[in-house]
Amino acid sequence: MSDLRTELKQSIIEQLNLEELELADIDNDEPLFGDGLGLDSIDALELIVMLEKDYGIKLTDPEQGKEIFASIDKMAEYIEANRTK
Amino acid sequence: MSKVSYKITDFVRIKDHRIFHGKDQDFKTEKSLGLDQFLKASYKNLEIAYPKFHKMDGLCKLGIIASEVLFKDHFISPDTALVFSNSASSLETDKKHRQAMSGMVSPALFVYTLPNIVLGEISIKHKLQSENVFFMENRFNPQLLGDYAEVLLEAKKTPAVVCGWIDLKNAEYDVFLCLISKEGEIPLSKENLKQLYLFEYE
Repeated sequence: MSDLRTELKQSIIEQLNLEELELADIDNDEPLFGDGLGLDSIDALELIVMLEKDYGIKLTDPEQGKEIFASIDKMAEYIEANRTK
Repeated sequence: MSKVSYKITDFVRIKDHRIFHGKDQDFKTEKSLGLDQFLKASYKNLEIAYPKFHKMDGLCKLGIIASEVLFKDHFISPDTALVFSNSASSLETDKKHRQAMSGMVSPALFVYTLPNIVLGEISIKHKLQSENVFFMENRFNPQLLGDYAEVLLEAKKTPAVVCGWIDLKNAEYDVFLCLISKEGEIPLSKENLKQLYLFEYE
């Protein structure tokens, strides 16, 4: 597992207050929304803030979020390609 | 206060690291625990198993814990109304939100910058689709709560009302919620509501 994927899981657990989850509970290819982790629309906004704060990525099109936040793998791929810090 | 004989069916009190169900102590923690630790310990003790709890602000967590204790021995109709009050509104979370505005503002924190969110969280958790209202008062006002509960019951809008006080300020909490219906022993009256709120729980 790459460090970025582990880092993302830690950030998601901490920032979205998923206190009953451990790192191992989140699979890299598991959907974050819907049937997967069950995140909601407010969580999506938190993830957008997290991308900007931690990686300097500003999402201007909310539609992008559906693809970027599909899973930890997808998030990591997008961050690696677009991070400014 | 009442034409039909409505009763204070059950009540819960949360204050000073202790939870009382009726006049019996249900749970307590060490006084050294902070608010967050007390809330988490209460959540575990009650075996609530509702992960969304951890996302809530302190006021909502108090409401979820109080309603869990209050509802556990009763069938709660989806029409059960909620009539809450406090003096600090959502000030505790408002302050955190204001501090956060110097940097990146958390959308999840902003969600809780209204006191009536606690009514919504309880309604979602217990599948209530009912009347609800949240009053700002300087202090616990049994006349207002009793009268409002009685009006709802008399109007046949609801078979039961959960009313009371849920206040959180500077990490100090003061919660008194009671279930009002036709069932029970204690008559609904301003005096009885006041007496139960002020009762020296030991």
